[in-house]
Amino acid sequence: MPDTALAADFKPLTRQQMAARAAQDIPEGWYVNLGIGIPTMIADYVPLDREVIFHSENGVLGMGPAPAEDKIDPWLINAGKQYVTLRAGGSFCHHADSFAMIRGGHLDLCVLGAFQVAENGDIANWATSENDTAPAVGGAMDLAAGAKRLWVVMDHTTKTGESKLVRKCTYPLTAVGAVKRVYTNLATLDVTPEGFRVIDMAPGLSFESLQARTDAPLRQG
Amino acid sequence: MINKIVQSMAEAMDGIKDGAVILLGGFGAVGQPNALIDGLIEHGAKHLTIACNNAGVGRVGLARLMDLGRVDKIICSFPRSSDPVVFETLYREGKIELEIVPQGTLAERMHAAGSGVPAFFTATGVGTKMAAGKEHREINGRTYILEQALRGDVALVEAWEADRWGNLTYRRAGRNFNPVCAMAADLTIVQSQHIRELGEIDPDHVVTPGIFVDRVLHVPYGDPSGF
Repeated sequence: MPDTALAADFKPLTRQQMAARAAQDIPEGWYVNLGIGIPTMIADYVPLDREVIFHSENGVLGMGPAPAEDKIDPWLINAGKQYVTLRAGGSFCHHADSFAMIRGGHLDLCVLGAFQVAENGDIANWATSENDTAPAVGGAMDLAAGAKRLWVVMDHTTKTGESKLVRKCTYPLTAVGAVKRVYTNLATLDVTPEGFRVIDMAPGLSFESLQARTDAPLRQG
Repeated sequence: MINKIVQSMAEAMDGIKDGAVILLGGFGAVGQPNALIDGLIEHGAKHLTIACNNAGVGRVGLARLMDLGRVDKIICSFPRSSDPVVFETLYREGKIELEIVPQGTLAERMHAAGSGVPAFFTATGVGTKMAAGKEHREINGRTYILEQALRGDVALVEAWEADRWGNLTYRRAGRNFNPVCAMAADLTIVQSQHIRELGEIDPDHVVTPGIFVDRVLHVPYGDPSGF
């Protein structure tokens, strides 16, 4: 079906709206690790009076927002190596303890970006070919395998229009069967034993239009 | 009297051999013992294996060590950085071997080595190319892979405070890999911003007890934002 036939009156979510949508679902009290990119922006949309504790894998628990220019502490960076702040009650630990929090199942949630998510929850987010020059995995495999829940925030399709929600990942895997929920610019979807189930869609988008843009089969309701 | 504080870089680097496995603290520029890396360059050891999170930035520190052809192999989780020019050039030309390790597995491999644990099972990397060739075992219904401890001949560590017994504290996110590197090597060499009298560091605040430390060099360089 040509895409023009599906051209409906809907607006995909912006990056900010995707971050805000995911932030809605994070309750007070959760310990949360946010990956680089749109996931990092989620923290900006969690209201300050909702106490969510952010973890950064370089040994920061209770991370706060970026500092004002004149308040930078050069010893205080996040996993993306950007300057951050520490909230009252925050603490530092070494790398093995930081990853014990991750690998020991102590984090309630990790949110990552991804190249592909499969209908069984497989995630590919660290390399785009088997022979990537100097592949860099960082903490992604630890986070994907270790957190109690893994959510993904990503565009629904690639720049060239290929679905990132797939039947089977074609890129090298980060973890198997790990993703529980996906927030895209077109929809929010749960990963269930029966595959992707649509929770909500961008305003004005029909289920048929969403399915037409998605490789994996979708279920409604 | 025990005194692990050394007075010169030459004394700090004494005895590091060609072919040594060197564990390097730091995450990006924060907590990275740049003065000791420069000392290692000066010392001249070659055919080194370096284990650390990143593979150097620009042309200074670790990047310079690699640029000089001293490093045969790097074990790290994230070789990319804002400016990984030296590593990427060497890697493309096949002049450096790369072992990619998930970040938590890298930290735990050092932690295990320092704890007398020769290998451990982890869920990280199961079902990915990291699992290739590794022993798999199902424990309580979940599949794990066996990862080997990573011991160093030498650890280079950056601390905030140190005393003559080698007790260490760290500053903020500068702690990162430093304590696990310190415990996992035969020879642990520390550069410290501050030297304290014995007993001056509150025992409740010591992060790395001196038993893990062999040499301390006073390097009061300021903050890491210049690197």
